[in-house]
Amino acid sequence: MITSFPKLLVATVVTLKLLSASLFFGLFLGLFFAILRLNKNIFMNKFAYGYSYIFRGTPLLVQIFIIYFGLGQIEYLRTTFLWVILKEPYWCAIIAFTLNTGAYTSEILRSAFQTIKPGIIEAGKSLGISNKIIFYKIQIPIAIRQSLPAYGNEIILMMKGTSLASTVTLMDLTGVAKYIISTTFKPIEVFIVAGGIYLFMTFIIHNVIKYLEKKYSFQQ
Amino acid sequence: MELLAFGKTGWGDELFYATLMTIAVSITAMLVGFFFALIFTPLKLSKYKTLNLVGNFYTTVIRGVPELLVIYLFFFGGSGAIMYVASIFGYYEYIEINAFITGSMAIGIISGAYSTEVFRGAIQSIDKGQFEAAKVLGINRFGQFYKIILPQMLRLAIPNLSNVWQITLKDTSLISVTGLVEIMRQSYIAAGSTRDPLFFYSFAAVLYLLLTYVSMKLINKLEVKYSRGY
Repeated sequence: MITSFPKLLVATVVTLKLLSASLFFGLFLGLFFAILRLNKNIFMNKFAYGYSYIFRGTPLLVQIFIIYFGLGQIEYLRTTFLWVILKEPYWCAIIAFTLNTGAYTSEILRSAFQTIKPGIIEAGKSLGISNKIIFYKIQIPIAIRQSLPAYGNEIILMMKGTSLASTVTLMDLTGVAKYIISTTFKPIEVFIVAGGIYLFMTFIIHNVIKYLEKKYSFQQ
Repeated sequence: MELLAFGKTGWGDELFYATLMTIAVSITAMLVGFFFALIFTPLKLSKYKTLNLVGNFYTTVIRGVPELLVIYLFFFGGSGAIMYVASIFGYYEYIEINAFITGSMAIGIISGAYSTEVFRGAIQSIDKGQFEAAKVLGINRFGQFYKIILPQMLRLAIPNLSNVWQITLKDTSLISVTGLVEIMRQSYIAAGSTRDPLFFYSFAAVLYLLLTYVSMKLINKLEVKYSRGY
């Protein structure tokens, strides 16, 4: 139990790297698709809806497998520079996680934008503020505040999702835990250590979000 | 298209049975989850601090740990634990548990943690007066729960339970790591032997989308049924 701890801690770094990279890219992707969803153009609207429907309706495992095993099959892709990225399981995992969290984030942000009272935007307009500034200085800050609790859940779900990276040969926390279990046959002890590390991360994320929620709450 | 043909030449019938297996595992896991929720929801709502702690421990741990890790625990630890219990009763032969049972137990425990939270939220949002009125009318505890609280609770719980169902359905794809032949595993086998992973994994994605779509339609009907009068 004690000997497995340092190995698992090293693997935690991989998990954290995967998580932070996919959350970072996923946030931009989510914001992009949320804006498309709010667009009046039916084509763009439907496109964004289709994206989020497909990525939320299929298991993350399928998405990783399509990107890692499936895309390599296209001969044309192998000749382009994209192949440098797509042959690495690490980047494939990040792409899959980004697309997945982007879909969920776009839904969270869309509903946050929709809950903003029209009066606030009208007030901005009547003060003569340009549409662009209303969007960046009024709508986005309010939407961020509104979406914090849901986004916190999404971060935790994504942290658990990164465990799937172990299925495409990456040695993240779950991958190393599985390796130790299958070599030592001590599933319960390894589960307690690895599970404890995950729980600790969940605990930290939960509290950071709680702190941010308090900091950005309207009633100060 | 000939890849999907039924019979010996294609993978159509195999994938069809795999889809049935996914549905079977999801339903079993969901029911196992309800069973766990039935035990842990009262614990979470109990007056006693220790019981609360037990309930909270269950939902926090399961919801904070990756599903895959729980599945590995069951897969590698399941038969060992059962053999240990059997050895107490003097049975020392090797016992292997069926992948279906291991998988649906593992997913069931995960789904149970989510169901527990849903039921807790639903019960807590029922007006306190309803409990008091039932008590005043002299209805026994059994009747209070089944005739008054449960119907109101279901109306509130169904939309969230449909989310739990979606999560459970998608989690079953993870059981493929234990070798149970459901959609994901069958696609893996087919992709391996035809060297056409793109097609088979995309087809798996379509099957999952179809399952979520159909189940959403069915759940919506249920939702309408239970919100009569509102």
